[in-house]
Amino acid sequence: MRAVRLSVVTAAATAAALTAVTGCTEKSDAKNGDAIQVTAADSKCDTSAKTVPAGQVTLKIENKGSKATEVEIVFPDDRIVSEKENIGPGTKYTLTAEVKAGSYEIACRPGMKGHGVRQKLTVTGGKVAKRDPRLDKAVAAYRAYAQEQADATLPKAEAFAKSVKDGDMEAAKKAFADSRLGWERTEPVAESFGDIDPKVDVREDGLEDGQKWTGWHRLEKALWHDKKIGAEEKTLADQLVTDLKDWQKRVGKAEITPTSMANGAKELLDEVATGKVTGEEDRYSHTDLTDFKGNVEGAQKAYELLKPVAQENDAALTTELDKQFTALDTLLDKYRTDKSSYVFTSYDKVGKADRKELSDAVNALAEPLSKLAAAVVK
Amino acid sequence: MTDTTEASQAAENTGSSAPSRRSLIGWGGAGLALGAAAAGGAVAMTRTGNDVDPVGADAGGAIAFHGAHQAGIATPVQDRLHFAAFDVQTDDRAELVQMLKDWTAAARRMTAGHAVGEGAYGGLAEAPPDDTGEALGLKPSRLTLTIGFGPSLFEKFGLNDRRPEALVDLPQFPGDALEKTRSNGDLCIQACADDPQVAVHAIRNLARIGFGKVVIRWSQLGFGKTSSTTPDAQTPRNLMGFKDGTRNIAGTEKDRLEKFVWVGEKDGPDWMTGGSYLVARRIRMHIETWDRTSLQEQEDIFGRDKGEGAPVGKAKEHDKPFLKAMKPDAHVRLAHPDSNNGVTILRRGYSFTDGTDGLGRLEAGLFFLAYQRDVRKGFIPLQRSLSRSDALNEYIQHVSSAVFAVPPGVRGKDDWWGRALFSEEA
Repeated sequence: MRAVRLSVVTAAATAAALTAVTGCTEKSDAKNGDAIQVTAADSKCDTSAKTVPAGQVTLKIENKGSKATEVEIVFPDDRIVSEKENIGPGTKYTLTAEVKAGSYEIACRPGMKGHGVRQKLTVTGGKVAKRDPRLDKAVAAYRAYAQEQADATLPKAEAFAKSVKDGDMEAAKKAFADSRLGWERTEPVAESFGDIDPKVDVREDGLEDGQKWTGWHRLEKALWHDKKIGAEEKTLADQLVTDLKDWQKRVGKAEITPTSMANGAKELLDEVATGKVTGEEDRYSHTDLTDFKGNVEGAQKAYELLKPVAQENDAALTTELDKQFTALDTLLDKYRTDKSSYVFTSYDKVGKADRKELSDAVNALAEPLSKLAAAVVK
Repeated sequence: MTDTTEASQAAENTGSSAPSRRSLIGWGGAGLALGAAAAGGAVAMTRTGNDVDPVGADAGGAIAFHGAHQAGIATPVQDRLHFAAFDVQTDDRAELVQMLKDWTAAARRMTAGHAVGEGAYGGLAEAPPDDTGEALGLKPSRLTLTIGFGPSLFEKFGLNDRRPEALVDLPQFPGDALEKTRSNGDLCIQACADDPQVAVHAIRNLARIGFGKVVIRWSQLGFGKTSSTTPDAQTPRNLMGFKDGTRNIAGTEKDRLEKFVWVGEKDGPDWMTGGSYLVARRIRMHIETWDRTSLQEQEDIFGRDKGEGAPVGKAKEHDKPFLKAMKPDAHVRLAHPDSNNGVTILRRGYSFTDGTDGLGRLEAGLFFLAYQRDVRKGFIPLQRSLSRSDALNEYIQHVSSAVFAVPPGVRGKDDWWGRALFSEEA
């Protein structure tokens, strides 16, 4: 939980800059201002042009299928440039977007889910920056992971909210930590949106003047500290679900780059080092180790996806990272009886010496992890 | 013992020309050579054999890292200290050896006033810089970095056959109230400099290099030296307001150094020849009660007068003390070599105040550092006597303790801390 995540933002700027310096070698088959006709159906996505000049790009979309569809212009790493959701059967929509030179895809997603049907789109007008397809693949896979985590979180958060609204204290307490797991695994991505994190994951001491305290930790305090659920808590439970749905919708638009993935992994360890190891994050529920595990898993996911490239550039680094991830995982396993469960020892029962041992293991991993980004872009 | 210094050292150590860290940062190997040339014939400071540069560089200069003995023992005592003890986490000997090599390389650069590795800026934007940067623009500040190996290190790495007999675990002395988490350690680094930020920078960067291999167990800042190895300079005072270390071994006293500080060739083990043994004790002083003590009593307790530092009945600080004129439990009398069969140690302690103790008193005292040829003939008999009878005990308490084998100096650019201990042929 931190208000601003610089690296993700910076990385986004870098990505934009990269696509801006692109070049025109191909002839455009649509002139400036000419719209691309997109005919979407249940199993097809026809486009009237495969290349357009950079600048304003207009899609004239018609849904000829039987399901509502969604049409997107996406980067090679699956980041959405622009999109229109919920285009009903038989309806038309015009989508316009500012698009810089580079390679893209137009995706039609019948039923508004899945990979969809796709067509290539080349936008010309500048020198095209070289992209490493392996890294594009890694980013796309990471984006899919972030989306999965968000998708899986919603039902859990809804169950948590329902328990709160039912006034079922015990059920709510049980559902609390689990509802946070997907968020904790992908926290840097979630935090890149800036406005969601302060609504759902802020702690009491992180509030700004005049800011209303909402989200998980507000409810945590009600459940464990105040030990009562009132009308206010029930409203806040609904609010949490609403805010998380907003997050779920925006994950696809998150600006993710190989660098931001690597730095995001390191930031997850920073989260552990500053919030979880100290027991500050879940100070009422003491479920810090569940968050801890989620952070480490998220970092490991990003690392594993980047590893093929990093290994090529710095084999010693990946050897060290493999070793330290294993060491930390092994250490964390000491705090749960069932390795498939995310129920860990309550953190108030973890003594000073054991906390130090955890902290040492985090430091041992975070220091080499801080070198991952450089190993990826080298 | 080698009496030569590597040619490369002249290039690396720009000596008393006191280069600014800012001007040197980011230079590669070629840049360093250029730096030496630019220094315009400034004499690179070297310690050859047992001869120590008597006064050393001025407060801003560099102390040579290479030599027969490690710097930071007989070299002039700097104003500030950052001392850190480490626990080794890895059980992989090769990994520890690599870290010691990396530490040596970083120490070589930092003591010469350079930044670690590729510097603190100007590198890959995506990577954190090698150096943490807070010493940029500061002078070398006579930084010395001295490494020691604790008894537990020998245990952990199956090196018991190489553990020196003189490296004994210290016994419990009467009155000891030792905090376990602030005592002992597998390794230690003593960083001394005239600028506290330079000393802290050094420990911080070594700790960073060590992550995954070692972790800091405890550390101690010292703000003022309480002894010197340069008798011509004014004798420093401890927090009790008394001059301390009047008869300390001087860096120029070759004979006394050989006799009491450096491990001799016949002492064994071979890898320790030219090294020494370090005892570190955090001694809390009850300065508030001390300050309420009458001047007469204070002077009786020490056995010297407060102003001049002269022994009881004498006029000048450096007059030979007449021990029998002092009270039987006077500190100087009990600690004097003549009361201890000649036992002499080289003291290099620092005053500390680590905030307050929550009871409205300063958490202050002396971080005692003493080097000796054999702990069994140095600190142990001395402290046995002091802990039993010293009148000062009413005002002090030993709260942490550690002992380390301090290997000889790093001889040249291919040498590294611990080479003789960890190499098979040694």
